[in-house]
Amino acid sequence: MDFMLDKKHEMARQLFKEFAEKEVKPLAQEVDETEEFPRVTVDKMVKAGFMGIPVPKEYGGQGCDPLTYVMCVEELSKVCGTTGVIVSAHTSLCCDPILTFGTEEQKQKFLVPLAKGEKLGAFGLTEPGAGTDAQGQQTKAVLDGDEWVLNGSKCFITNGKEADVYVIFAVTGMVEKRGRMQKEISAFIVEKGTSGFTFGTKEKKMGIRGSSTYELIFQDCRIPKENLLGQKGKGFNIAMHTLDGGRIGIASQALGIAEGALESTINYVKERKQFGRAIAAFQNTQFQLADMATKVQAAQLLVYKAAMAKATQKTYSVEAAMAKLYAAETAMEVTTKAVQLHGGYGYTREYDVERMMRDAKITEIYEGTSEVQRMVISSALLK
Amino acid sequence: MKIVVCIKQVPDTKGGVKFNPDGTLDRSAMLAIMNPDDKAGLEAALRLKDQYGAEVTVITMGLPKAEDVLREALAMGADKGILVTDRVLGGADTWATSQTLAGAIRNLDYDLIITGRQAIDGDTAQVGPQLSEHLNIPVISYAQKIEIDGDSVIVERQYDDRYHVLKAKMPCLITALAELNEPRYMTPGGIFDAYDAEITVWGRANLVDTLDSNLGLKGSPTQIAKASDKVRKGAGEKVSLDPTESVDYIMDKLLTKHVI
Repeated sequence: MDFMLDKKHEMARQLFKEFAEKEVKPLAQEVDETEEFPRVTVDKMVKAGFMGIPVPKEYGGQGCDPLTYVMCVEELSKVCGTTGVIVSAHTSLCCDPILTFGTEEQKQKFLVPLAKGEKLGAFGLTEPGAGTDAQGQQTKAVLDGDEWVLNGSKCFITNGKEADVYVIFAVTGMVEKRGRMQKEISAFIVEKGTSGFTFGTKEKKMGIRGSSTYELIFQDCRIPKENLLGQKGKGFNIAMHTLDGGRIGIASQALGIAEGALESTINYVKERKQFGRAIAAFQNTQFQLADMATKVQAAQLLVYKAAMAKATQKTYSVEAAMAKLYAAETAMEVTTKAVQLHGGYGYTREYDVERMMRDAKITEIYEGTSEVQRMVISSALLK
Repeated sequence: MKIVVCIKQVPDTKGGVKFNPDGTLDRSAMLAIMNPDDKAGLEAALRLKDQYGAEVTVITMGLPKAEDVLREALAMGADKGILVTDRVLGGADTWATSQTLAGAIRNLDYDLIITGRQAIDGDTAQVGPQLSEHLNIPVISYAQKIEIDGDSVIVERQYDDRYHVLKAKMPCLITALAELNEPRYMTPGGIFDAYDAEITVWGRANLVDTLDSNLGLKGSPTQIAKASDKVRKGAGEKVSLDPTESVDYIMDKLLTKHVI
């Protein structure tokens, strides 16, 4: 067992780090303040090939492994949580399900431009009444001739108004399962600009404020029959499988945020003087940093292990859940401690750790709350 | 079109320079990077490739670990990498380096050779022009813009206060300034391909028409007596005046210091 990255992964990390420092970090504070989607950064990431890292080359991607993709989201999130989640939602939640469940025609039509970054992707599962209870979907899709007709709405959709291609889930009927009638859910690919597909309100969020989070509204939205993704009625499985991958992406984002906060704090405590010496000289500071660094390291190992599991195993739900649970809770804890160690300055927007603490919170909530991750892990233990 | 780009792995001087007790650079204590002027030269070659179509070969002389900069160049979009490495080539000054590179490049077909203006570890700016001399081709140094016109290149050569527009028939050699362009990033897929790619490794035996007496430490007329870090200049004086007043102010200073 070797915990060293090989040379190509080291070089990839160096690339992501350099890009993040040079292109992303200088805009992070402004993106947060203005709540504006960082389109300029996305355009640069498109050029650098960051929008299709784990997608095979024949579909316009970079042909790299999940670990490389994870390191990209990690390094971006170290300096800007918003930028990290743009790549994560696009790659894990839109490219990945089309790659895994799409037909060859769907891959050529939708995945190739997504992986090249010519189009941005999003994923719509959550509804006002269907968060953790994904079965509580109200959005319906009815087949009418050669078209599916969608009616309903989705909320809290990352990349909301900025995306071009959406993977959307809707109820397509009722089926009997173990003597009970249950909703049959299917997945669809919907393009921006389709008649009947509009946007609702933009969410005003605590963190990741540059991320475009919108409500999606479908009113007699007609899409071609061939935009059904995977088999009819398999939507719930597609959603859960997609979220397994998505959780690795969010775990990487959380890991990056925690690392960024730790790095900022290490620099700060060496400079900040109280009682005539740098606060780094106090044992409390040292012990806090030691705990933060240990947890960050543990989170990184879980996240990388989950990425390796995605590359080599058919199912990796537990690995993904553990990585997300631990990395998200570490991000929250480490950023909170980072603010504490910065004292009053850490509570101001002048310092990155204030933003990082707000950004960290969402990682415990979206793509499955920490409670959901515990359900996934424990149900595997008790099977 | 075939373009050869000479690149060098240099210590990153951004974080300060470290020395061995004998006064030579402690390269192991500093991060190794692609020399910035060379990177601009590579970017220029890659842009010519994008625009006109070209095969870009990168070549470096150095220790076996200099292979890393060749892989970086491949990950940016270069097509082939050649590492010239041999113990007998060690300790080379600019003369021996340019002789070595010339001996290696004589094996290749090329229309254009691009080098960086100078390396940040030696700052001599000699290897490019010397190389052109050995290969008997024209050189245009300090390029800030490069265009192709049939079988010629049109280059803007930068000076402190002006630039020259020069036209030269290919094959020719151009030395590039870091200001020439903003080098592209490697792509993640490019990195993966670069590590699958084969790097050609040449030694002394592969150098064409090269005398032993021109190689390595023995073939180097320059001996370094002592190396030291640059003494940082002060920030200088800053004044805010309107244009007429500032002209008077500067003239007065120049007269007082007997510059004019």
